[in-house]
Order: sequence, then C-alpha cells, then structure tokens
Amino acid sequence: MPDWLHIAIPPAPLLFAQLLVGLINGAFYAMLSLGLAVIFGLLNIINFTHGAQYMLGAFCAWFLLSWLGLGYWPSLIIAPIVVGAAGIVMERLFLRRIAKLDHIYGLLLTFGLALIIEGAFRQAYGSSGQPYVIPPELQGAQNLGFMFLPTYRAWVIGASLVICLATWFVIERTRLGAYLRAATENPVLVQALGINVPRLVTLTYGGGVALAALAGVLAAPIYQVRPQMGSEIIIVVFAVVVIGGMGSIMGAIISGFALGLIEGMTKVFYPEASNTVIFMIMALVLLVKPAGLFGRAA
Amino acid sequence: MSGLSRTATNRIWTVSLLLLAIAAPFFCYPVFLMHALCMALFACAFNLLLGYVGLLSFGHAAFLGGGAYIAAHVMKAWGWPPELGILAGTAAAALLGAVFGWLAIRRQGIYFAMVTLAFAQMVFFLALQLPFTGGENGIQGVPRGRLFGVLDLNNTYIMYYFVLAMFLVGFGIIVRTINSPFGQVIKAIRENEPRAISLGYRADHYKLVAFILSAALAGLAGSMKALVFQFAALSDVQWGTSGEVVLMTLIGGLGTIFGPVVGAFVIVTMETYLAQAGSWVTIIEGVIFVICVLTFRQGIVGVILPYITGRHRQPLGQPAAMPETAPTKIPEAVGGPS
Repeated sequence: MPDWLHIAIPPAPLLFAQLLVGLINGAFYAMLSLGLAVIFGLLNIINFTHGAQYMLGAFCAWFLLSWLGLGYWPSLIIAPIVVGAAGIVMERLFLRRIAKLDHIYGLLLTFGLALIIEGAFRQAYGSSGQPYVIPPELQGAQNLGFMFLPTYRAWVIGASLVICLATWFVIERTRLGAYLRAATENPVLVQALGINVPRLVTLTYGGGVALAALAGVLAAPIYQVRPQMGSEIIIVVFAVVVIGGMGSIMGAIISGFALGLIEGMTKVFYPEASNTVIFMIMALVLLVKPAGLFGRAA
Repeated sequence: MSGLSRTATNRIWTVSLLLLAIAAPFFCYPVFLMHALCMALFACAFNLLLGYVGLLSFGHAAFLGGGAYIAAHVMKAWGWPPELGILAGTAAAALLGAVFGWLAIRRQGIYFAMVTLAFAQMVFFLALQLPFTGGENGIQGVPRGRLFGVLDLNNTYIMYYFVLAMFLVGFGIIVRTINSPFGQVIKAIRENEPRAISLGYRADHYKLVAFILSAALAGLAGSMKALVFQFAALSDVQWGTSGEVVLMTLIGGLGTIFGPVVGAFVIVTMETYLAQAGSWVTIIEGVIFVICVLTFRQGIVGVILPYITGRHRQPLGQPAAMPETAPTKIPEAVGGPS
C-alpha cells in the first residue's frame, strides 16, 4: 500500500479494525436470528430464551473446560447437544402446553424461563465474566498487509458462514427441510400425510436451541462468559429480525451480517450512535417496508 | 351481598378501598405505599393497552423512565416546581409514545412486542449516554419542592396524599376511557380487528390514541416515582422494568380494572422483602411468569372477582382478553398502511 494513502486516510487501521468487529458481531446476529427464524417458522413463538440458551452454550463450554478438562473442540460438539437436549425437555414440558394459545403467551413463557436461567447464573457466578482461553491452534494473528487479523476471529467468521449456509442448505434443499417447510405452511395436512409433526416441532426447537448454544461456544473466547451476555444481545437480534423479516432464512443471514457491519462503521464515523443505529434502521424499515426487507408481502 | 344492587356493591367497595388508602400511611411504611401506587398506575396504563386493545408493549419502561428522567431534569437543573415537572415528564412520555406508537402499530402481535422492546432499548442507551442523564448514576438528589408553592412535599404524608391523588386521577382516566364509546371501539378491535375495520372504524387511529394515552400515564407514574425517591434511576428504563409491568398485569388479572393494582402491590411487596436476596428476585419473577402463563391466566382478580361481586362479573378478564386463535395471520393482511 503506498505511503500517501495512509496519510490521506488516517483512520484506515481503525476502519479495518471496526469492520472486523462489526463482521464478528454480525456473525453472531446472523446465527441467532437464524435460530429464531427457524423456531418461529414452525412453532410460531418468539423464543425469548434464545439469548439465555446462547449464554448456556458459552457456560457449558466453560464448565467442560474447568470441571472435566475438555477443551474447545469437544465443547463445540458437546455443548450444543447438551443445551439442545435441555431445549427439547423445555419444549415437551412447557411450550407444548401453550401451543394452542395466543402467540403472545409463548413470548411471555420464554421470557419467564430466560429470567430464571439468567437469574440463577447471576446468583451463582456474579456479574463479572469468566475468561475462556482461545485454543492453541487458533492463537496468534495473520498479517494481511493492511491489518493484523487475529486467527480466532477469522475462524469465527468462517465457521459462522459455514454454519449459516449449512442451515440454509438443510432447510431449503433436503427432504427433512421440505417436511419442515411443509409443516410450517399446513401442519394438519402434513400430519395427515403420515409425518410426525409434534416430533418435528420438538426436533426443530432443539435444533434452533443447539444453534444458539453453538454460537455461545464460538463467542466464549471473544466476549467473556457472563450471565448477562444473552440478554444484552437478544434485543438487538430482535431488531435484526424485525428489519430482515422472518420469512426467509437467507434474509436472516444477510441482514445479520449487514447490520453488524453497519454497526461497526457507525463506531468509526459517529461512535455515539453505535448502540442505537440498529434501532434507528428498524424505525426506517418500519416506515418504508413494514413487513421487513426480506419478509413476505403483507 | 346478593341482596344489594350492583351499583350499591360497587359503591361499598369503592368507599372502603378509598378509606383504606387514606388510612394506610399510618400503619404502613409510606415510601413503600408510594412506590406501590406509582407502579400500580404504571401497570394500569400498561393494562389499558394489553387488556383492552390487545397490544403487548414490551417497552413500557421507556415511558416510565423517560417521564422520570425529564421530570427529574427540569426540577433539578432548571428549578421547575413539582407540578410543572410532572407535567413535563408526562408530556415527554406522551410525545415519545406518539412517535413509537406511530411506528410500532405498523406491525401486529409478537412483532409489535419486539418493535416496542427495541425502541425502549434505544431509550435506555440514550439515558446512558446523553449529557444530562448522569450515565449509570441516573439523576440523583431531585428536590421535591413545594406543590403550587404552598404544600411542602418534603413532608412524607403530604407527599403520600399527593401521590394518592395523582394515582386516583390516572386511574379515573383509565376507567372512564374503558367505559366510554372510545373504550367500546378499542375492545372491538381487540376482539376482531378486521371486523372493526370493515365497520368503518380506523383501527390504527384508535390504537395510536390508546398507545399515547397509555404512554402518557406511564410517564405520569414515572414522574411521580422520580419525585418520591428524588431519583431518576437507569433501572427505570431497563428492559427488566418492561418485563416487570407485564408480570404485574398478568398476576393481577389481565383486562380487569383492579388486577394491575393488585399485581403491582404483590410484586413491589416481594421486591421490598427480597431486596437483600440478590438475583433471587429475578428467579422468582421468572417462576411466577411461567406459573401464570401455564395455569393462572386469569390472574388474582380474574379468579376472585366472581366471588366478591356475585353477578358483577367482567366478561373481559378471562383468557378471551386475547383471542385464542392465531391473530397474527389475518390482521397482518389488513394491518399497516403499507
């Protein structure tokens, strides 16, 4: 890069650093809004517990490390399975009983469960975070010429892209996904065709929850493992979901990454607004296209 | 009780509750009562939306906290008298409600809840960052001053009766609204929005007016709270407060007139007694949420009302307060002006 460019655009390193932070945040927005969209599609509830389940994923990884000595890589597999199983139990015990009621009750029930989970962890571990070490294979940084890219952050971006695209592939291109989409459209008819819709609902909820837990494990080395990490991100993810509209899987992925980038850019040019920019974009989208950018036409 | 007419029963209940409220500060801690009355007004304002229009706002903390911050600021920094401070807080909340309501009523059902929650989070960040709000400390040391230049609000009893009077004004406005022709229309919208629209009612218009009224009364409650505690707290604008008001309404009885008052007293009592217990308050609130949603959807008042008033049974308070069929699909098609 020629020398004069550095002088002409002094904040270039800052720009790239914030772009990277934005991309990382966007990766988590995308993974979480993806899970919300999948669960909403079939169960018709907004899973307020999603943030708490993301936090559970991170804590699960931390427990595995500090109690059993199991490192990052086994955690990536075990934590989503454990938290997903807990989600399945939750669906069987609670969510199934209110499936026929107004959707608002689903929101209130999952909100209550989120309060219980977060309160319990705050009671046990306080508000301060537990550090989680980056696995040795992913430590260090790459020099890209114009910036240093920490290896772990590159891994998170890559892994989240793979996870998002894999989810998209399963839902849009496989037989299981076809059942799922059909059950979203007309559960009664799909059940009449011999598919066990209640089991599909349970598995879908477990899958969505496992996705949140997986995001939690990925987040553990970046953000500290804290009881409030879920409630802090979930409201932003709700705004992302309103902006994107929940009709389309690809829409959730694209709007997640895009809004993370916009948030990062705002930190460079007008840092005071970086916390609120996503909500302002939501207000704009509500004015222009109330159904959301990728939502099905109202 | 069955020998008495419905109006007579009502009158007896009203008079005895009023007497109780007047006598209460002599055998109960007045600050606790004032806190509970503020939260009761807040919950009643919230219930006007959820119980009677069927709109779940998950961001009502923005109006409680917004009102509190504006009232505290004008009284502390600009030296406004308490009556003008409360007026300013209420007006600010109404204005905020007009903007948020205008945007949020474009979506229905759970989207409405998510949109209001997101807007309230924006207000939270503003309260954290704006130059006059004092960041995490909030605005402390707000002077209570003299009401109309005469009544010294530093006297706990005068303060209490002022709070009680403002609560009764707010409560009266809500009862009057519910029993007015306007109230009939919003209930019709709650039960069947497409039908109300086809009858020629501009549903969005009615929803917006109800939203602004609810926001203004929440702002009034917040301004009073700031005056009572001489403190506009950051926690007033936090999402937890939005959840708390939902819980108060739910446990007291959704869509009943007295339910939110009962719920507010229950929750404030619990918080007062468990103040030292740390996060246990959050855990217990979560458990109450789960129990209420799973098995206790009528709430306390919804359950006992038929017993104490005999025939005088509100047909609104039951789970039918929110239609049991999926409302998001049909109204979405007729909804916003897109």
